[in-house]
Amino acid sequence: MDYLLNEQQIMIRDLARKIAREKIKPIAAKYDETEEFAWEIVKVLSDSDLFGIYIPEAYGGFGGGVMDMCLVAEELSKACGGIALGFAATALGTFPILLYGSEEQKKKYLPDIAKGKKLASFCITEAEAGSDAGSIKTTAKKDGDHYILNGTKQWITNAGEAEIYTVIAMTDKTKGARGASAFIVEKGMKGIDFGKKEKKLGIRASATREVIFTDCRIPKANLISKEGMGFIVAMKTFDNSRPGVAAQALGIAQGAIDHAVEYARKRVQFGQPISSFQAIQHMLADMATQTEAARALVYATARMVDSGAKSVAKESAMAKMFASDVAMKVTVDAIQIFGGYGYMRDYPIEKYMRDAKITQIYEGTNQVQRNVIALNLIKESIKGE
Amino acid sequence: MNIIVCIKQVPNTTDVKIDPVTNTLIRDGVESVINPFDCYAIEEGVRLKERFGGKVTVVTMGPPQAENALKEAVSLGCDEAILVSDRKFAGSDTWATSYTLSSAIKKIGLFDVILCGKQASDGDTAQVGPGISTHLDIPQVTYVKKIEDISGNKAKVERMTEEGYDVVEAPLPCLFTVVKEINTPRIPSLKGMMKAKSAKIVKWTAEDIKAEPKSLGLDGSPTRVVKIFTPTPRKGGEMLKGDTSDVAKELVELLKDIVI
Repeated sequence: MDYLLNEQQIMIRDLARKIAREKIKPIAAKYDETEEFAWEIVKVLSDSDLFGIYIPEAYGGFGGGVMDMCLVAEELSKACGGIALGFAATALGTFPILLYGSEEQKKKYLPDIAKGKKLASFCITEAEAGSDAGSIKTTAKKDGDHYILNGTKQWITNAGEAEIYTVIAMTDKTKGARGASAFIVEKGMKGIDFGKKEKKLGIRASATREVIFTDCRIPKANLISKEGMGFIVAMKTFDNSRPGVAAQALGIAQGAIDHAVEYARKRVQFGQPISSFQAIQHMLADMATQTEAARALVYATARMVDSGAKSVAKESAMAKMFASDVAMKVTVDAIQIFGGYGYMRDYPIEKYMRDAKITQIYEGTNQVQRNVIALNLIKESIKGE
Repeated sequence: MNIIVCIKQVPNTTDVKIDPVTNTLIRDGVESVINPFDCYAIEEGVRLKERFGGKVTVVTMGPPQAENALKEAVSLGCDEAILVSDRKFAGSDTWATSYTLSSAIKKIGLFDVILCGKQASDGDTAQVGPGISTHLDIPQVTYVKKIEDISGNKAKVERMTEEGYDVVEAPLPCLFTVVKEINTPRIPSLKGMMKAKSAKIVKWTAEDIKAEPKSLGLDGSPTRVVKIFTPTPRKGGEMLKGDTSDVAKELVELLKDIVI
C-alpha cells in the first residue's frame, strides 16, 4: 500500500529499516536473553539523527511529527519491539516538554534529546495507580523556590538508563486529578533512585524499573506548565504517544508476518512447501490484511495529530487498541504457522508474541482505550456532532 | 589530507547472470549497490578525515545511474563526488578501467591516499586498485586491515596475509586496497542523507580527463573473455578407515596410482 509519504519520511523509513535489518536483527535474540539495555543501538540511532526527527528544528531536531516518529517505531519494532521501545519511550518522556514545556525548558532539554545524548522517560504509573491514574500517591510539596518529591513510580520504561524524567505528582491531594502536576527531574539529582530491574514476559531488552523519590528537591523552574495541569499534560501526552505504541505493535505484527511467510516458503511437509497449502495461505492473507488495516488507521491518526487537530483522544485510542489487538492475534498465528518450531526459543517467532502482549496493556489497557472511545462517542452525540 | 576513494556499483545479488552471447554480466532488472568491499574503503576514508582532517573525494567510473552510489557515499561522509561516465568506456576490462580512473585521479590532482575495496563482488578480479597505482606510478599496499598511523608523509599499515599480517610502511601518496576486517561501516545519518540528496555530482567524460581514446573501453581492453563457465563441483574425498598401518599402506598405493 502506498501511503504517499513525503521525501523526508521515505528517507527516515528507509534509514530506520536499514538499522533494524543490519544492526538490530542480528542481536535481538541476545538482548532478549540477557535482558540488557542495548546501548549499542542507542548509539547507532543517535549517530543517524533519528532521535531528533519529531523535535522542532529550533531545538536541534528535524521538525517532523508523530507520523515520522511512528515510521521509526514501526521499522525498529520489526526487528525487536523491546529495543525499539528505548526510542519510543524517549518520545513519551519528551512529549510533556514538547507540548507544555516553557521556552527555557525546551531550550534546556530538547537539544540533548534530539541528538540522542540523553534518553527520556515518563513516570506516571504507581503500584496503586494504573488505569486509575487519579489515585497517584507521589507528592510534590512546594518549598520556597523548590518542590520536594516523595513517592515511588512503578514499571517505568527507560528507568535508570534515561537522564530526563517527566513525572506526574500530586501538588494538592484534596483536588484529586486536578491536584496533579508535571515535573522534570534529572538523573543525578539528590533523592532520585531506581529500584530493581523487573523481569518481564516480553520487551526484555527494555529497562523497566521503579523510580523512587525520597525528599527529591527540584527547582521550581522544573514544573511543567502550572500546578494542577499534571493530568491534562499526561492525557495530551498519551494522545500524542499512543500512535507510537500502535506503530510499535504494527512493527511487531509485520515482523512476525515476514518471518511466517519466509518460513512457510521453506518448510516442506508432504513433499511441498507449506506455503502451497490453502490453510496456511488463508492465515497469512488474514494476518497481512489485518496488519495493513491497522497501518492505515495508525498513519491516518498520526497525520491527524500532526495536523494540529484539537481533539485526537478517540482516534489515538482506536489506533492503539486496534493495532495492538492485531499484533497479538497475528503473532499467535505466526507461531501456529511455525508449528512446533515456533514454540522453541531457538526460533525468533515466539519472542514476537511475548513482545506484542505489552502493547495491549501499557499506555492505557485496551479496555481503557475502549472507555475513551465510547466516552467520546457519547460526548459527540450530546453535542450533536 | 586529501583522500580519494574509488568505488564501483555492482548488482545486488550473489547470483550473477552471464549473457551467453557477450559473456558479460546481465545488469538489467537487478538492483545496484555499492560494491560491499568499497563500503569499507569509504568508511576508512571518512575515518582518516576524522583522524587527520582533510577531505574525501569519491570517484566511480560507470553509467549515469552510478550517481546513486556516489550520493550514498556522500551520505556516509564523503565531501565530493565525481562520476566518470562516457559511452566510450563501455566494455572496459580491468586495464582500461584502471587507466580511466587513474586519468580522472590525475585531473583531481593533489592527493595523499587512495582507497579501494580489495575486489568487486561481481568481477572478483582485485586488479583495478593495483592497476590504478601502476598507472599513477605510486606505491600500493593491498589487503590492508588497519591503517595504524600516517605521519611525516608516511603511512604505517597492516596488510593481511593468510597466516597473519605484515606491518608495512609506505611513502605517500600511496594506494591501499582494504579488506572487511579494517572497520565496520557506519549507517548514514539523516543529515548526511539530506546533504546527499542535494549534493552536486561532478561529471567527467573521456575528453574531460584527457584520456587516450585508444586506451578506452572495449578497444582499449587487452582482455578477451573467451568462455565463461561454471566449474564442475569437486567430488568429495574418499575416507580410508581401519588400522593406521593398513590405511597408510593403502594410501601409498593410491598415491602411486594417481602418479604424484
